[in-house]
Formats: sequence, C-alpha cells, structure tokens
Amino acid sequence: MNGAAWTPALAAVVRRDLLLAARRKSDALVTLGFFVIVASLFPLGIGPEPELLKRVAPGVLWVAALLATLLALPRLFAADHEDGTLEQAALAPVPLTLLAIGKVLAHWLVTGLPLAVVAPLLALQYGLPADAIGVLVVSLLLGTPVLSLIGAIGAALTLGTRGGAVLLALLVLPLYVPALVFGAGAVDARLAGLSPAANLSLLGACLALAAAAAPWACAAAIRIALE
Amino acid sequence: MSLYHYASPQHFYPLAGRMVPWFAWLAAVSAALGLWIGFFVAPTDAQQGEAYRIIFVHVPASWLSMFLYLVMAGWAGLGLVLNTRLSSMMAQALAPTGALFAFLSLWSGALWGRPTWGTYWVWDARLTSELVLFFLYLGYMALNAAIEDPRRADKASGLLALVGVVNVPIIYFSVQWWNTLHQGASVSLTRAPSMAAAMLAGMLAMAFAFWMYSFAVSLARVRAIILEREAHLDWARDLRGVKR
Repeated sequence: MNGAAWTPALAAVVRRDLLLAARRKSDALVTLGFFVIVASLFPLGIGPEPELLKRVAPGVLWVAALLATLLALPRLFAADHEDGTLEQAALAPVPLTLLAIGKVLAHWLVTGLPLAVVAPLLALQYGLPADAIGVLVVSLLLGTPVLSLIGAIGAALTLGTRGGAVLLALLVLPLYVPALVFGAGAVDARLAGLSPAANLSLLGACLALAAAAAPWACAAAIRIALE
Repeated sequence: MSLYHYASPQHFYPLAGRMVPWFAWLAAVSAALGLWIGFFVAPTDAQQGEAYRIIFVHVPASWLSMFLYLVMAGWAGLGLVLNTRLSSMMAQALAPTGALFAFLSLWSGALWGRPTWGTYWVWDARLTSELVLFFLYLGYMALNAAIEDPRRADKASGLLALVGVVNVPIIYFSVQWWNTLHQGASVSLTRAPSMAAAMLAGMLAMAFAFWMYSFAVSLARVRAIILEREAHLDWARDLRGVKR
C-alpha cells in the first residue's frame, strides 16, 4: 500500500479515538478537573500573597499541566492492548508509526488542548497580567504536544507491566524536564519584562524533535509490548 | 575462533570469571594509590582547607556515572540492533553500578557543599542534571524489573536507555539555561581551578580505580544474570561449584 492511503488511515485513528473520548466524557473531564484542583491547592498551601502567587504561577501551572497529562497517559494504549486492537493495527498495511501519531494527536486534542484552554482562568486567579497569560497559553500549546509525544513512548513501554502507572511516572517525568523549563521559563521571562521568544523557540525545537522521533520510538515500543 | 565466540553467554561466562579478579585487583591497587595521594601527598587547598579532599571521590564518581550511562545505552542499542542476548545483559549489569555512582556523586557533593558553600544542595545545573540522570537509571532498572519476560524486558528497557541518551544533553542544556535565566549562579562550579599536579594525579588514579571497579562488578553481575537466565541449559547445569 502506498502513501496515498496514509491520510485516511490517520484520520480514521484520530476520529475513532475522539469518538471514544466523546462517548466517555468523564475521562477527559477528570484530567481537566485534576489540573484545576491541583492548581487551586497551591495558594492554600503557600499563602494568598498576590506577589508570591504571581511569582510561582508559571511553575505551578506548568507542573499541574504536566501531572494532568501524566494522569491520562496509562489509558492511551491500555484498552487497545487488552482487546487486541493493537495487534490488528500492527498487522495492518499502514505503518504502526502512523497509528502512534494518530493516537498521540487524539490524546493531545482530548487532554492537552483543554489544559491550554482552561489555563487562562487559573492564571487570572494567580493574578498574572494579560500578556503573561498569552505567553502561558502559547507555551502550553507548544509544550503539551511534547508531553503527549514523550509520554506515549512511556505508555507503550509500560504496557502489561506490574504497577504500570507508577512506573510510567518514574520513566516519563525526568524526560519532561526540558519542556517544563522552557515552558515555565517563557512565562517567567515575560513577567520579568524580557522577551519570551528564546524559550518559546527552544520549546518549539523540542516539539519538532519529539514529533520526528517519538512516534517512531513509540511504534517500536508497541511492537516490543506485542511480542 | 572469531571474536563472536564470546558473544555467546555460555562462552563469555568463564571469560568474565577469569577477568573479574584482575579488574578487582587493579581497582584495589589504584584506589589505594589514589587515596594515599589524596590524603597524604596532595597539598591542603588554600581556600577550602581539607574539605576539598572529597574531590577524589566526587569527581571520579560523577565522570563514571555519566560515562556508564553512555556505555549502558551503547550495549542496549547493540542488543536492540543485533538482537544479541549478551549485549542486553551487559546493559542490565551496568545500570546498578551507574546508579550507585550517580548517587555517590550527589551524596559526596552534598557533603562537600556543606562546609564550602554552607549548604547541602543548590539548584545548580550540574547538580540538577546529575539528579535527573540518577532518575533515568532508576527508571531503566524499574522497567527492567517490572517486565516478566527477560527478552521483552531487555528490549523495552533498551529502548528507554536510547530515549534517555537522546534526552540527556537536552536536559543538561535546558537546566543550564534555566539556571542562568533565573538567577546569577551564586556558586560557580565551572571556573577551572588551577590544580596542583598531585591533586590531578590523585583524581586520575581514583577515576581509574572506579573504572576498574565498574568492570569487575559489572562482569561479576553479568555472570549472575547469565546463570539466572540460562540455569535450565545443559552447560549451566554442568558447571561445578554452582548450587541449584
């Protein structure tokens, strides 16, 4: 089969996963609720001083987004692994990498994108100025796909292992360091009156690298899990 | 007899057994030499006093922790590409030693930091990336231990090691830029100290000792892994001195 059939196959994977998510809305909403709750707990823990909250907001919101993404990761391949869909997909004439891209894209649309949409509301609670909120949204739009892409490798590697979810956190969180640094750094730079362009460019570079390499590694990990 | 002869666990097992004592002795002798230089020959540092002598453990441990990750990823990659069992076993055998050195590097760094900087820990780029490296080792070992089938565990953790090796430089630079963007580094580790020749000699001797120790320990460990995995095979059954 040639490349012409790839686009419909990719669209089919994305459509299927989005449909599944739409039928089980609670999964996506729980992730979003987790993000909001974690972000709301921090002021209770560290105190309500506006200056302090403004100072920690970029880091707190980014870490909360990162943990929320992590929360949704175990579901990425688990159901398909259990009912044998992954095996059928591995036998399909389209590359398994394509399936990985489709699954990650759908996962990001269901978990990452809503985080970026809700983030301004939380940023307002933390008293961030409007321009910094804009940078936060851009950094989340660039950064959450990186989280989904890297996380997909971990999700595929931990398929069918003991204590998969905890193990997944151990594998994936260290790899999230660059996205966190550049993402929160961009907002910090704006708050400090500097240009966030450098951080955003580096975040974009991370996204480009992850988009090129992660689906491939993810497909390899799925094949290992299917052995 | 080609070099590939020793790619089989069965033939590598006795070879590793013969090499272990040599590397262990080399490690012991050079460690004794390095510690002697470190404690008695190297002069007292003008600024840091005697506390600086922890450098003889700290710096070699840091070097080895980074180097062993590369070696481990190299073996893991070889195991994935050539599908050789022994390569993956070597990677698995190296991981605990690498993690040990990463931990030793963090621990000795904390003990060194307290008297010289007045704090056990600073969020310096090097400290932070060493900590992340330690986590990467832990993740590799945890994944390897979590998968029942050893061949699947080899491949999955091997892939993780390769993903990690791509990420290590990115993590290092991101943390370095993060540090410079946030605040001027209050403590700089990067200025090159003008080092007395005796200090350098002691440090190199200790690095050599740690290196030889890594050889000895990982070869001994790979022997245990080979036996564990091949215990059901005839050659392993016929070994003398192995209790079943």
